[in-house]
Amino acid sequence: MTSNIQLDSSGRLKHLLTLEGLSKPLILQILDQAAAFADATQGRDKKLDHLRGRTVINLFFEASTRTRTTFELAATRLSADVLNLQVAASSTSKGETLLDTLKTLEAMQADMFVIRHDASGAAHFFAEHAAPGVAILNAGDGRHAHPTQGLLDMYTIRKAKGDFSKLKVAIVGDVVHSRVARSNIHALRTLGAKEIRVVAPPTLVPAGIEQMGVKVFHSLEAGLDGVDVVILLRLQKERMLGAFLPSMSEFHRDFGLTKARIKHLKPDAIIMHPGPINRGVEIEGDVAYGPRSLILQQVSHGIAVRMAVMAMILGREPETEVAPKTKTKKSARAAR
Amino acid sequence: MSKTATNADSLLIESARLLDPASGLDATGFLGIRDGKIAYVGKTRPKDKYAKSIDAKGLWLMPGLVDLAARFREPGLTTKATIVTETRAAQAGGITAVVLPPDTSPVIDSPAVVDRIRGKALAAGGLDIHMLGALTKGLAGEALAEMSSLKQAGCIGVSNAAFGLRDSLMGRRALEYAQGLGLTVHVFPQNPALANGGCAHEGPVATRLGLLPIPEAAEVSAIRFWITLVEDTGASVHFGRLSTARGAALVEAAQKRGLPVTADVAAHQLFLIDTDVEGFNAMCHVIPPLRSADDRDALRAAVKRGVIGAICSDHQPHEADAKTNPFPLTEPGISGLETLLPLTLRLVHEKILTPLQAAERLSGTPAKIAGIAAGTLSVGQSADLVLINPNTRWTLQADALLSNGHNTPFAGSAFTGQVQKTLYRGRTVYNQ
Repeated sequence: MTSNIQLDSSGRLKHLLTLEGLSKPLILQILDQAAAFADATQGRDKKLDHLRGRTVINLFFEASTRTRTTFELAATRLSADVLNLQVAASSTSKGETLLDTLKTLEAMQADMFVIRHDASGAAHFFAEHAAPGVAILNAGDGRHAHPTQGLLDMYTIRKAKGDFSKLKVAIVGDVVHSRVARSNIHALRTLGAKEIRVVAPPTLVPAGIEQMGVKVFHSLEAGLDGVDVVILLRLQKERMLGAFLPSMSEFHRDFGLTKARIKHLKPDAIIMHPGPINRGVEIEGDVAYGPRSLILQQVSHGIAVRMAVMAMILGREPETEVAPKTKTKKSARAAR
Repeated sequence: MSKTATNADSLLIESARLLDPASGLDATGFLGIRDGKIAYVGKTRPKDKYAKSIDAKGLWLMPGLVDLAARFREPGLTTKATIVTETRAAQAGGITAVVLPPDTSPVIDSPAVVDRIRGKALAAGGLDIHMLGALTKGLAGEALAEMSSLKQAGCIGVSNAAFGLRDSLMGRRALEYAQGLGLTVHVFPQNPALANGGCAHEGPVATRLGLLPIPEAAEVSAIRFWITLVEDTGASVHFGRLSTARGAALVEAAQKRGLPVTADVAAHQLFLIDTDVEGFNAMCHVIPPLRSADDRDALRAAVKRGVIGAICSDHQPHEADAKTNPFPLTEPGISGLETLLPLTLRLVHEKILTPLQAAERLSGTPAKIAGIAAGTLSVGQSADLVLINPNTRWTLQADALLSNGHNTPFAGSAFTGQVQKTLYRGRTVYNQ
């Protein structure tokens, strides 16, 4: 179990490092809270108070625009002070270790670090070394985990489909390098999806992934047959060529989601992609913005989900303007 | 040294359980030491007098351990450790001879470097420090190293450590050349292209944690390749640090065909498995990676059968910073000198090895592989010995290690059996 350090002794979120090991009630609680925040930020005034006086540092060791932006927006809407730091890998080669970087920033009295790093396990590393009371929110570590992406994907699926127990979900594309795929698999399993498939050529499927509770397909037609949800993964072109795939066009020929292939899906199936999409590679442009696509909704859900995680971790109870919706939440409050 | 002085130093170890892998002796008896050499071994008390004696009732006495792979980090990486610090750690581990791989900085590819290390080893004192010379210049895999000069300078074998060779032809030529000199080639069997900079065993754990995997094929294909060249050249090859069941099976098959191949395994590989890296435990970041439980069990069986003739420490001491990073960015390796014997004793307690077999894997066979006069309790041999209390229960504290490297995944582990005394040339160099 890799996730113990993210929960406190009463099982509440202290950090968010991975979705592995989070209970179904806890995940649903986050999704409910996100829904409440989505409602509360519908109007012109989107500002809430939850993180007033708190400092959130976005510490990104990997380039990112959209993820960092949604984290920034989420923190700002909760009234936190936000500092964005894009740390080039080179600055750590000046002799300052990652630990030095963390300790230096901690000295600025940050309450939360949102961290993205290209090494798997980086978020765990920071959580292990963070001062007590300093929270770590994993915004993507190597190939390991991207828990808020997993949560926003679950939020999107739940909103469109409701119950998970009847759903067949296909995750298509570069699974081997994908932290999104891993986080989605953990979440879908915990939420009780009926069937989880990964669909890719063998070079893009990591060994032993079946043990995460998925079925592996090497043909897109078979993999899409009868599914309710398709999650496409971004292909990093520079990383692929030659070593994993002969060409982007061959990948598109065999695994690209085209209008013609949509016919294999259930009529009410939905299509998702963490973005940014490679048009004409994972997906045809028409499909990406077609009626079944929820790609843009995913982005806006990302803000609400990140608000929910931040508010829950920083421990302040939701204020009255955001009424808790679930029984879990109510009973948790009543118990206090 | 005058005869009287020698006699004053003479020592009789009484009533120990003597474990001699060379003769197969496993019996309670007496071992006498004079002139730094073993002067008497027998079940009955010797007739001649000894100046001092040790009552070793209940203790085991075996040849000092011969460790086929230990990094002392000098020259080049003295922030991690030095020959002096690691010599003390080896002595505490019951080790009386070590073999250093050539991947120091500068590389052990010239007699000058050999002499420099030997000078420091002598100054540290109390431990035989042997060296593997480089197989290729600078370990770059591009050109043969001056192996004849290295042999002349005292290297007991040659190796390219974990570094690859330019191509297969370089491997073939290197093996031919070493064979002509009667040098054993110590191979770390890992195909660098297949290992691909990975840090964990390819399988469900690495997949779930998103760690770059090292497939079994990295080891298996390397072993297959070198065995093929052994078939062609007749050269002796020693495979160091096996990690896979399939690799061990290949070595066994080659041995059955009479090929001159031997193998060792790092002690930790007989205990830890891929799931031990859960939680991104950097102390379990080792190369070759910790593999499946089936691999571990097959390695244990191969050790028992003697296919893997030697257990080594694969000692790699690090400063704390080297392990203070996200898992893939940490440096691989365990500080292993002081856990080599305790871990092997665990195999004895678990009835996988007899005490005599343990002595054989720790001293008898590795001495033969290294081609050094050690690993026996024969009269006339240097009195390099370890006296063990097999029943002492203790808990390992990383801070208590004498090695400069406190990087051990066994901190907090309970062990049964401990080094009581290490003797080098008859002189006590470590006393618990």
